[in-house]
Amino acid sequence: MSFAPEVLERLERDAKEIIARYPKPRSALLPLLHLVQSEEGYVSDDGIEFCADAVGITPAQVTGVVTFYTQYKQEPVGDYHVGVCINSLCAIMGGDQIWRELSEYVGVGHDEATEDGKVSLERIECNAACDYAPVMMVNWEFFDDMTPAKAKQLVDDIRAGKQVAPTRGAESVCTWKQASRVLAGFNDGRAGEGTQAGYASLRGLQLAKESGWEAPEPERGAE
Amino acid sequence: MTTLTPILTKYWDRPDSFTRSAYEADGGYRALRTALGMPQDDIIQAVKDSGLRGRGGAGFPTGMKWGFIPQGDGKPHYLVVNADESEPGTCKDIPLMMANPHALVEGVIISSYAIRANFAVIYVRGEVLHVIRRLQQAVAEAYEAGYIGTDILGSGYDLELVVHSGAGAYICGEETALLDSLEGFRGQPRLKPPFPAVAGLYGGPTVINNVESIASVPSIVANGADWFASMGTEKSKGFGIFSLSGHVTRPGQYEAPLGITLRELLDMAGGIRAGHRLKFWTPGGSSTPIFTDEHLDVPLDFESVGAAGSMLGTRALQIFDETVCVVRAVLRWSEFYAHESCGKCTPCREGTYWYKQMLKRLEAGQGTEEDLETLLDLSDNILGRSFCALGDGATSPVTSSIKHFREEYIRHFETGSCPFDEAASTVWAGANA
Repeated sequence: MSFAPEVLERLERDAKEIIARYPKPRSALLPLLHLVQSEEGYVSDDGIEFCADAVGITPAQVTGVVTFYTQYKQEPVGDYHVGVCINSLCAIMGGDQIWRELSEYVGVGHDEATEDGKVSLERIECNAACDYAPVMMVNWEFFDDMTPAKAKQLVDDIRAGKQVAPTRGAESVCTWKQASRVLAGFNDGRAGEGTQAGYASLRGLQLAKESGWEAPEPERGAE
Repeated sequence: MTTLTPILTKYWDRPDSFTRSAYEADGGYRALRTALGMPQDDIIQAVKDSGLRGRGGAGFPTGMKWGFIPQGDGKPHYLVVNADESEPGTCKDIPLMMANPHALVEGVIISSYAIRANFAVIYVRGEVLHVIRRLQQAVAEAYEAGYIGTDILGSGYDLELVVHSGAGAYICGEETALLDSLEGFRGQPRLKPPFPAVAGLYGGPTVINNVESIASVPSIVANGADWFASMGTEKSKGFGIFSLSGHVTRPGQYEAPLGITLRELLDMAGGIRAGHRLKFWTPGGSSTPIFTDEHLDVPLDFESVGAAGSMLGTRALQIFDETVCVVRAVLRWSEFYAHESCGKCTPCREGTYWYKQMLKRLEAGQGTEEDLETLLDLSDNILGRSFCALGDGATSPVTSSIKHFREEYIRHFETGSCPFDEAASTVWAGANA
């Protein structure tokens, strides 16, 4: 393993904390893979070896897991990993056009990164935000109601080093590595940022309020 | 006329709705205190009496599932929340956890107490960073308040709760695949029986429930089983979040009693987008057979949707107007299933592969009517022969689209190309026209 001693020491400390959360060590494998990804930006052979040692299995067993899950990248992705939803509904609402134009504009294809390493693109599946279609994600933060023009502007801003803000998420998008660390289970203290709910999430509630509709009152002393 | 019933969504418009202080100010965690003073079996009975059925798609009675957990067996029990919301069209749990994670956390504590579990996990899909932050924060706040940990509120009951992020695999929404994933393996489904209630996480008795099911539990404890059962239909009781997406004027989340119809929901959502008409829709995600404008008045409850030839699923109403090519929609869903098939069983792995190959060709107009028979034959070899429901679900769009839109497939073959203009379906179509 070629991690620098101080890096290895930090990873080992974090790994210990992750493993302690679970009744059995191997349950920590997915978070550990997010952890090594937060260190290197992808899951390298060193990362695999580290995880294997941490939970006491073989690198081959870890590799079998890595290759199963699309969020683990076996090649470096950009600091800002940009996803365009191309599942049926988003594709039809404009996601296909966004992907075509964006991919051509940036000059990279699916799961490829720009040469400067800032941006990578991915054709993603349904990300559970269909009421905001077409949807894009940057480092797994929501960018709702996208258009080809907004998509290109977004990538321009990222490449120009500007902070970009998701529609529903933190005040600015963190880097891919920082996001991976949150996925490993380390709270970055940013939960309080951003809106509690997007406009579409609130539509039923607002209509109910305007119409004076409520759920039935419970009978007194029900419990 | 059915009206909306905001319960889980009731406080989402409060800017700090995701904080413990806001949740408590609106009555949150009172049900937990009530529950901890109740015998566990009474809570299970209340959930049984309420008629709550799983909100993750299958609709299995939640209380009955809990009742399968063997009691007094001396083994550790586990509660696992399936927050891997990934079914195309489904987008209810994600906004719920973003706006009101404490409703889920309170539900987890009460449910774990009821089934005598001391370890619980929220397995959330990994592609929703801010939702994961909100869950982590909510769990941390609940620990601080003594709602989770040892001797919760002096009750003597202990619980540890972990927020566990997945890593991008639709199959992990299948409950036994989720367990394998949670144990650190590739997420592939397990043979049932044994069911998770007998041998689940680490081989111990395990309840796996959807986010919305668990988040509904505090309201049942607080307001009573009768209150819950006063909503909905005879066999599909209670309320649920209906997610409208696609070509509607006001897509979004609408919380209503089960049994509401699409016609009623469309009225609330401002109808199909201006100048267009309904062509087809999914009642509960892409794995539920599509409906057409003939089904506008089908009550959206488990029985009625089933009787009409589809499934209520996750109430993910994806709405498509007449500009949309049904073959294109089905192709993209089929590509999704092929991508997400875990590869464990042959019918699903190979079947979805061939769906993709064939539909690509058919959508481009390079097919014959005989191909439709081949597709149906292929579907017969996937449905009911796959290891888990992913394969079954993959057949739904294919067979239902051929049933309702055979002519449209044939038109592709006659013209030798897709007769639809993709641009007309986009959100911005008409803006430039």
